[in-house]
Amino acid sequence: MSEPVLEIRRLSVDYGLGDSAVRAVRDVDLTLHRGEVLGLAGESGSGKSTLAYGLTRLLPPPGVISGGEVVYHPVDGPPVDVLTLSPTQLRAFRWAETSIVFQGAMNSLNPVHKVSTQLMDVIRAHQPGLGRPARLARARELLRLVGISADRLDSYPHQLSGGMRQRVMIGMALALEPQVVIMDEPTTALDVVMQRQILSQLAELRERLGFAVLFITHDLSLLVEFSDRIAIMYGGRIVEQAPAAQLYGAALHPYTDGLLHSFPALRGPRRELTGIPGAPPDLRAMPDGCAFHPRCPRAFAPCDSRLPRLGPPADAPDRAVACWLHPAPEAATR
Amino acid sequence: MSIPTSSVEQVIPEQGAMAQPSVRPSRRRRLRFVSGGKAATGLAVVAGYVLLAVIGPWIAPYDPDARSADLLQPPSAAHWFGTTHLGQDVFSQILVGTRGVMLVGLTAGVVATALSVLVGVTAGYLGGLADDGLSALSNVFLVIPALPLIIIVTSTVAGAGDLVVALVIGLTSWAWGARVLRAQTLSLRRRDYVEAARATGERTWRIIGFEILPNLTAIIASGFVGTVIFAVMSEITLAFIGISSVSSWNWGTILFWAQSQQALAQGAWWWFVPAGLAIALLGTALALINFGIDEFVSPRLRSAGRSRARTADGRTVRMRVGFTPVLAPRPASPAGSGQREEAGR
Amino acid sequence: MTFLLRRLAFYVFTAWAALTINFFIPRMIPGDPVKSLISRFQGQLSTDALHSLYVLFGLDSDDSLWDQYVDYWRQLAHGDLGLSFTAFPSPVSEVIGDALPWTLALVGVTTAVSFLLGTGLGVLAGWRRGSWVDGLLPVTTFLSSVPYFWLGLVAIAVLAGPGSFFPSSGGYEPGLVPALDTIFLGSAVQHSLLPAATILISSMSGWILSMRNMMVTVAAEDYITVAHAKGLPERRVAVSYAARNALLPNVAGFALSLGLIVGGTLLVEIVFSYPGLGFLLFRAVSAKDYPLMQGIFLVITLSVLVANLLADVAYLFLDPRTRKEG
Ligand SMILES: Nc1ncnc2c1ncn2[C@@H]1O[C@H](COP(=O)(O)OP(=O)(O)OP(=O)(O)O)[C@@H](O)[C@H]1O
Ligand code: SF4
Ligand SMILES: [Mg+2]
Repeated sequence: MSEPVLEIRRLSVDYGLGDSAVRAVRDVDLTLHRGEVLGLAGESGSGKSTLAYGLTRLLPPPGVISGGEVVYHPVDGPPVDVLTLSPTQLRAFRWAETSIVFQGAMNSLNPVHKVSTQLMDVIRAHQPGLGRPARLARARELLRLVGISADRLDSYPHQLSGGMRQRVMIGMALALEPQVVIMDEPTTALDVVMQRQILSQLAELRERLGFAVLFITHDLSLLVEFSDRIAIMYGGRIVEQAPAAQLYGAALHPYTDGLLHSFPALRGPRRELTGIPGAPPDLRAMPDGCAFHPRCPRAFAPCDSRLPRLGPPADAPDRAVACWLHPAPEAATR
Repeated sequence: MSIPTSSVEQVIPEQGAMAQPSVRPSRRRRLRFVSGGKAATGLAVVAGYVLLAVIGPWIAPYDPDARSADLLQPPSAAHWFGTTHLGQDVFSQILVGTRGVMLVGLTAGVVATALSVLVGVTAGYLGGLADDGLSALSNVFLVIPALPLIIIVTSTVAGAGDLVVALVIGLTSWAWGARVLRAQTLSLRRRDYVEAARATGERTWRIIGFEILPNLTAIIASGFVGTVIFAVMSEITLAFIGISSVSSWNWGTILFWAQSQQALAQGAWWWFVPAGLAIALLGTALALINFGIDEFVSPRLRSAGRSRARTADGRTVRMRVGFTPVLAPRPASPAGSGQREEAGR
Repeated sequence: MTFLLRRLAFYVFTAWAALTINFFIPRMIPGDPVKSLISRFQGQLSTDALHSLYVLFGLDSDDSLWDQYVDYWRQLAHGDLGLSFTAFPSPVSEVIGDALPWTLALVGVTTAVSFLLGTGLGVLAGWRRGSWVDGLLPVTTFLSSVPYFWLGLVAIAVLAGPGSFFPSSGGYEPGLVPALDTIFLGSAVQHSLLPAATILISSMSGWILSMRNMMVTVAAEDYITVAHAKGLPERRVAVSYAARNALLPNVAGFALSLGLIVGGTLLVEIVFSYPGLGFLLFRAVSAKDYPLMQGIFLVITLSVLVANLLADVAYLFLDPRTRKEG
């Protein structure tokens, strides 16, 4: 495995302050390696977007980051904790090192400016030395990269189809050749054909440019095909993390297993579709112990009182799971 | 005469990345706006005015028409707000005048609100040709300057009393509310539970009465309050320029006499200041209610309680869009320390 | 272009509706206003003038309502609004023509300034919530709840005593002859300062508030988050992304609020005896000068329509979505 590019350590994110705070992301540890695609999956409301916005410090009020570190490793130079950057530093860091494609990118483009303006202003902000012709050339190149003809530069967002807008956003995300691209359900709003098309294009671009992707979706089937590793989120925590093939082959966490059984297999043997009974947990009243225990078909003695920690189970050192069925060798309770 | 500042119109459900799912508001939630400070203050003040409207004529120390020998006296213990050129007690005039003001304001508000609900909801729900026609109608009424129209219509109707004034104002000022309601009905109609009700063959009037109207409560209320503000202002204006009958008292009548008897030139500030403040206070209270409703409908507008937060290690950070505050203490870990100035490239 | 054409059609329709309302209003007047006038100006009325008054008031009882309506339009087409009772025998159009420039200058300038200033402050208040501008909000709320004319009264009482720089009434120094020279214009500007300030203070808070609320609403849009994520300078995010979009509903609202603002400014004119349409309307109403009242209503309505059209053109430039697909 290559070196890490982004390390999230014990990150916690709250909505609100003091007593009214709800913790939407709890003690998340997650490492993104250089050039890999890390998939992040989980039910709606499990905190995937909150994690993505939180680590880039883009959460709107009342969101606050209540703890943890987000360490970024530049190609050259010492690592940086994104959470300690001043606004000016943060502004310079954004997009140049990590860019984001947002959930439902339909509204991600400013409706009153041309595509070219929006592609060029980010280049100008980060590379003030570049002249307008150079910026324009770069914008044209970016559109070509995502398969849109250059005459669309003069279009306004409302003149583009949903798929085109999404590609423009992907092109824009690559404008400064960042090391990390975060994608929050970039294709959920599109039809399946368009989805596939954009994803294969993305895979190809990654091969070529070598950026790492944190790919968020609740569609696990997509991740199985598309990502190197997969992390599963439940109730604000990462509950399992493993190389994609291993996770698909044998889910360790009962929740992952449930997720895998909620969609039809695209390849390989047919599985029985069962889904997961029950409803996602209420963030204000999280169950004690393992948050999944009220819904877990295999819950047993320790589950409703002691929190299982995320760690590598004894028999599979390159994956991690938080479940009492697979206690880590040095499993600790908190 | 203030510009309608309700932003309710803009609160068509958004589809942002962090949008909350559309759920039916519960009854409890609907009433919660009263607990907000602004709305509660506004309601309390308006309630005070309503009380005065009821008991004003009984608690007034003097007959507002009665002349006395105290001509043009400044405020004193005997005459709290001073006297007019005829020795009439300004305080009593204000008290007695409250009734007319509130009556016209509320009547006009009711008339205009009823019309706006009728036109707006019908247009929004039916769509098609009916919508086009009704929308055009309300747009026409929106664009035609209301006050000159009201002035001319009232001055044409001989000796317009309170009721006529209220009707004229109500009939000319429903359009804004109708427009907002139409937009909101249109968006409600596409919600799942309304679609479901339609699909199951629920009667139209039942859908409107039980699925749509309850969800429009806040907007209807806000429109009502807005119209009351406008009606009060218009009514006072009419009285001030001497169009509606000057024989019955309202605050505008006081200002009319003050103006026509050169109160300004004689330095009799007490003659026109109390009436103006009474109007301003009522207007502010009504506006506060509307702010409360606005913030209730569109939570983003709430001042969010605190715009600053204290971190664990005692720093103060600002809640700010685009730069999520970090409450965690600055870590002393190897990655964090010493490299803070390192902002990537 | 279709957007503009549609709006244009709508304004034509509205103008027609307003003129039709105008046609019916005098027909509700009880009694015979023209009779009293004729007896007042015995013998001074030409038959032509008499006829035009009859047409205006629908006292030509021989004609059907439809014929009266056609006549009314024919007369309007010639710019004939009848004769003013008060300024007899001047035609209404002439009386209004004298007053119109005053109102246009006063309302035009103050409305533009109030819109720009209010919008600017609203952008600040909405972008930096909790800043000093937020402290302004209660004050402006209070000021916008005060009737325009009352604020004018207070301004006169406080600022315009004898010997003060601010004249308390009129549009220019009484002795001067209206002309386009510096003395006259200077006097006119001096006379318009207080009325303008009154209008400004009363109308600005509305813009501040609505712009602030729009900024707050827009600040939660995805494209603003994207702009932050792109690391753009704060000013660019605030101006080019947030304010630029928040402005759109405010420009649309500008058109709709204009009618209200105009209503308010007419009253300020009354208080300051400013020689514009508002003061004229006041005098017409007091003297029951129906032709003049009607003429003023027509002119005001048409002016508001034109202003609305201008606002629409501005909107067309601001919002690419209304422009034709390219
Ligand atoms: N402004 C807010 N205030 C309070 N709670 C919030 C707020 N925004 C989100 N939440 C809560 O935080 C939790 C995580 O939300 P988040 O949007 O991160 O979920 P998600 O995993 O991205 O879901 P989806 O798949 O639907 O995008 C949810 O339970 C949500 O209710
Ligand atoms: S810890 Fe217990 S409850 Fe939680 S997933 Fe594992 S078995 Fe189920
Ligand atoms: Mg999400």
